[in-house]
Amino acid sequence: MRVHVDRAVCENHGQCVFAAPEVFAFDDDEVLRYDPSPGPGLDEAVTRAARVCPLRAITLDGGPE
Amino acid sequence: MSRRTEAVVVVGAGLAGLSAATALRDRGFGGRLTVVGDEPHGPYDRPSLSKDLLTGRRAEEQTGLPLPPDLGARWVLGRSAVRLDRAGRRVLLDDGSALEYDGLVVASGASAVPWPGPPAPPGGVHTLRGRGDALGLRAALRRGDPLLVVGAGFVGSEVASAARELGVPVTLVDRARTPLEGALGPVAGRLFAGAQARAGVDFRAGTAVRRLLGERSLSGAELSDGTRVRAGAALVALGARPNTAWLRGSGLRLGGGAAPGLVCDHRRRALGQDGAPAEGVVALGDVVAAPNPLPGAGAPSHLVIGHWSEAVDHADAAAAALLGQEGPGTEPVPSFWSDQFGLRVRSVGLPRLADRTEVREHDPDRSRLEVTYHRGGRLVGALTVNRTSRLAAHRARILRERAAHGALA
Ligand SMILES: Cc1cc2nc3c(=O)[nH]c(=O)nc-3n(C[C@H](O)[C@H](O)[C@H](O)COP(=O)(O)OP(=O)(O)OC[C@H]3O[C@@H](n4cnc5c(N)ncnc54)[C@H](O)[C@@H]3O)c2cc1C
Ligand code: SF4
Repeated sequence: MRVHVDRAVCENHGQCVFAAPEVFAFDDDEVLRYDPSPGPGLDEAVTRAARVCPLRAITLDGGPE
Repeated sequence: MSRRTEAVVVVGAGLAGLSAATALRDRGFGGRLTVVGDEPHGPYDRPSLSKDLLTGRRAEEQTGLPLPPDLGARWVLGRSAVRLDRAGRRVLLDDGSALEYDGLVVASGASAVPWPGPPAPPGGVHTLRGRGDALGLRAALRRGDPLLVVGAGFVGSEVASAARELGVPVTLVDRARTPLEGALGPVAGRLFAGAQARAGVDFRAGTAVRRLLGERSLSGAELSDGTRVRAGAALVALGARPNTAWLRGSGLRLGGGAAPGLVCDHRRRALGQDGAPAEGVVALGDVVAAPNPLPGAGAPSHLVIGHWSEAVDHADAAAAALLGQEGPGTEPVPSFWSDQFGLRVRSVGLPRLADRTEVREHDPDRSRLEVTYHRGGRLVGALTVNRTSRLAAHRARILRERAAHGALA
């Protein structure tokens, strides 16, 4: 699945990091880093992350949703 | 499944109502789904009401929550549920009609606590919960009337921030010594006090508003220290109260004191008077008096959590319980955010339960703060300001310690 975060919308809520820590993390400069093409084993976690983002900044491609 | 669920009624068309409806469909519920909401519009993003909607950074049309295209729900909007007839499995609406259900989701949220003091002038006194409230407050801010904010909790502080951004003079009054002290403690409170002072907020610490003055419209207020402040608008921001009036007499258990909501178990099944889960009723969001997700020495057994995350994180468990399916099995950790005065405030757990706090990082120059909250020697929460990167580790530790103590994995 392809993951994209709209940086203009993201406000560092961090909900995606709680839902899918394997894919999303903040670096030391408080910038959100993420794996744009996580393995298929992470589909569920990534879908959950997209859903819990309060700003719906995360879009997914090539999987459910 | 004890009985097949064919018709679900959701009362409340807010975040919790939408999350529950979505989760039910995700779990394969194919029956009739009806969502009743007393506001004229469908679900929208409430947190923006005290932030971007006031400053104009977001327009009203941009605050709607997107609905899954295949949700297949019937929306009954502008109607309120007035009574629950559990024996007849019916929800009675204010137009005299009734909706039959075999599964009910209580998602009626909360309302703003009204001004509790002596009679106030009819004009210029606001509370903030719905979109209509926010538009009224925004109009007052645009006129530039000096604003009095009663209560320096999250909503009061965020509105003070939005007002200052618009150049409106603000007086913020609270009984505590620093803003947000009740929720986050004095160290965080001092950081907020500093940020507010730099933004030009006139914060009156340790003070209460005694009287709101004015004949037809607000002209000012009299404070407990005897001083008077001039104001053309007031926001009463004294917290929220769960909307449970329509459940009175239904035999469901309503909490009192610190947890005035609908009492539920971990799976969000509503409890009856006998303390056992009521057949076919679950609840979600701000209306819930939930079992304390971080039990520990002396901590309350139930509380109203009142965060956005609650309405989302427990939706799957509630849907599973209603459909008689096995639930997700893990109890989420509450989380919260607030944006004000350029500060990104983020928290996990329940800082308000703490008997001790520990400052891990405090960098006033960069307005950075990292605080952990402890109770009975255990970690119960963490707060970061402009330091979101530190939060996930604390959340993981809360989960670990909770598992080690055997209280709910
Ligand atoms: C101004 C403001 C700012 C906030 N900011 C944040 C934030 O930054 N971060 C955060 O985590 N949380 C924030 N919150 C809290 C968050 O918005 C709530 O936790 C969330 O909205 C709860 O969703 P809910 O669906 O349970 O309740 P609600 O959003 O209150 O929705 C309940 C709906 O049910 C309707 N209803 C009530 N009674 C009936 C009835 N009898 N019949 C039919 N309909 C009924 C209500 O009118 C409402 O539309 C904020 C809240 C407010 C008010
Ligand atoms: S949850 Fe959304 S807003 Fe928050 S950090 Fe992740 S993408 Fe950004």
